[in-house]
Amino acid sequence: MSGTYLGMPSFPKAAKDAVHNVTLRANLRHATHTIRDKRAKAVAELEDWALLREAGKQIKDHTLRHLDRYLEQLESAVTAAGGTVHWAADAEEANRIVADLVKATGESEVVKVKSMATQEIGLNEALKAEGISAYETDLAELIVQLGDDRPSHILVPAIHRNRAEIRDIFERKMGSWGRPAPDGLSDSPAELAEAARLHLREKFLRAKVGISGANFMVAETGTLVVFESEGNGRMCLTLPETLISVVGIEKVVPGWRDLEVFLQTLPRSSTAERMNPYTSMWTGTADADGPRTFHLVLLDNGRTGTLADEVGRQALRCIRCSACLNVCPVYERAGGHAYGSVYPGPIGAILSPQLRGIQSEIDVSLPYASSLCGACYEVCPVAIDIPEVLLHLREKVVDQGGKGHRLEKTAIKAAGWILDHPAALAAVEKTASGTRGLHPGRPPGAGAWTADRELPELPAQSFRDWWKKNRT
Amino acid sequence: MSTETGSRDRILARIRAAVADAPDAPEAARDYLDSHAPDDPAAILDLLHENLADYRANVHRAGEAELPALVAQLLAAHGARSVAVPDGLPAAWLAAADVVRRTDDGLLTPYELDAVDAVVTGCALAIAETGTIVLDAGPGQGRRALTLVPDLHICVVRAPDQVVASVPQAMPRLDPTRPLTWISGPSATSDIELDRVEGVHGPRTLEVVLLRD
Repeated sequence: MSGTYLGMPSFPKAAKDAVHNVTLRANLRHATHTIRDKRAKAVAELEDWALLREAGKQIKDHTLRHLDRYLEQLESAVTAAGGTVHWAADAEEANRIVADLVKATGESEVVKVKSMATQEIGLNEALKAEGISAYETDLAELIVQLGDDRPSHILVPAIHRNRAEIRDIFERKMGSWGRPAPDGLSDSPAELAEAARLHLREKFLRAKVGISGANFMVAETGTLVVFESEGNGRMCLTLPETLISVVGIEKVVPGWRDLEVFLQTLPRSSTAERMNPYTSMWTGTADADGPRTFHLVLLDNGRTGTLADEVGRQALRCIRCSACLNVCPVYERAGGHAYGSVYPGPIGAILSPQLRGIQSEIDVSLPYASSLCGACYEVCPVAIDIPEVLLHLREKVVDQGGKGHRLEKTAIKAAGWILDHPAALAAVEKTASGTRGLHPGRPPGAGAWTADRELPELPAQSFRDWWKKNRT
Repeated sequence: MSTETGSRDRILARIRAAVADAPDAPEAARDYLDSHAPDDPAAILDLLHENLADYRANVHRAGEAELPALVAQLLAAHGARSVAVPDGLPAAWLAAADVVRRTDDGLLTPYELDAVDAVVTGCALAIAETGTIVLDAGPGQGRRALTLVPDLHICVVRAPDQVVASVPQAMPRLDPTRPLTWISGPSATSDIELDRVEGVHGPRTLEVVLLRD
């Protein structure tokens, strides 16, 4: 995944800073609570929600089980419809393919539809290194790009910014990227949206190359699908002469009818709408309508490794709705940046370590970035049992060893022996009660874990002593 | 593209190895409902009307005879003086409108489209439960850019012929080999504090006419 996140501090360190940022916490609390209630209402409108959820899960599981077959079918269908299919084993290869395709057009700028896959591979930075400017056109992505910031939410990457901060970013930065913000810009969302419309329109009209991801790809027909709201997606998918879509291999579904499930569950889970304003579906190229050249780059980048894990592979069902972020008590307080990945929140905590491998400080800590309350599993429209995967990944972290885990194992082993030997236990209890005045307020030694915890007060007498004196 | 061929084979081989011992995963059971609406064309039309309006489309009803006057009135109300006209649009729909007609010959550039005030189209179908109109670039709808760049879109839906109750009922009636655009209300965003604001890049005004047969 992107080099931007290399060297990120572990989740607890990053989260500690975030929880002390009062503005950030207020922004997140407001936004997540708004969307949470709306989602519950949108879902309650469908009496067969549980069945749609089960169907979505089964479609994804079936596809993943036969992923090789469906990808080959997809490749044939896209090719037959006039597109060209490329395969990229990792981020570096995908970036090189895209950069070469852009260079072949002779263009030095591209317009982009919001896409998690291209963020994951750090495409914008890779293109910049090749002298190609990539313009983000989703409103929230624009806010992040202009603010030289990092996304903090899957659906609303600028969720950590409130309207006043957004106004300031537009006023300061739009001018250096293109059309400046209108004079006297207020912080009303309608005016901010209007400023983005004016700023980006000149870029859409002159764009020759568009870059997108896709929410779904249909193997049977070769159709790609993009869900969006603003119309920036339609602009990028329709006006340029060349379209390049970078899509994770897990985004394929077998048949046309499978879309009817996700067309019902995705909008209600993500923006809490019956349907998002715009959904575009295209199959290869069409005569005199939209781009004349279409390239599909199929991306692995850690997905086949994830697929090999029998518990962890369910993370590949994810349709990136972000409902799990919006209900998560940890996300609400820590914010998206603490997760050190383009995939924050509960889904990020199981996806990032699997895609990147459990090696770096941040990836070792992510499986612990949860209270295991299970709210994420409950709202997931494809029934990913996130707590189950978190526990599974914790086991893997522990099996890998490391200093903290050796200490913990030794302590548990010692406790086990004492509890097995009544005489030893009595001696320990007696010593503990007798030395009460000498106990420190906090347990010594174990660093981060003990720093925020206090020792419970010990009674003057152990329960076993009390029982002996009063009941025998 | 020799490394890419190598990557293709490597990715497929890795997939096969990854799922070799995975349990069987049968095709999905489709136990969910085909529709959530009552089986009554009038009620379905009312539901479409209600849901379109809920997401800030302006909804009108008209008979064939009243349509030209209504379209002319809507264009005038928004101050639209030029209209993009897709191939195959019934001439009568614009018969009463006092506007410059830019018939799309497929050559209008994005800049030229940006200078057009409005577009009038038909549709492939409309979905009542979600308040959605689907365009498939067929006759009277034109290429996708036509309904995207101008700021006002007037869309005529033939009722009840083009109205279905639900998404599952829409799928078999659509042809995925055509470019499809699903539209549910005017352009909108929830990117600022997760509050919905209408009007970003697509047409900021969507007028839908439900045309009685």
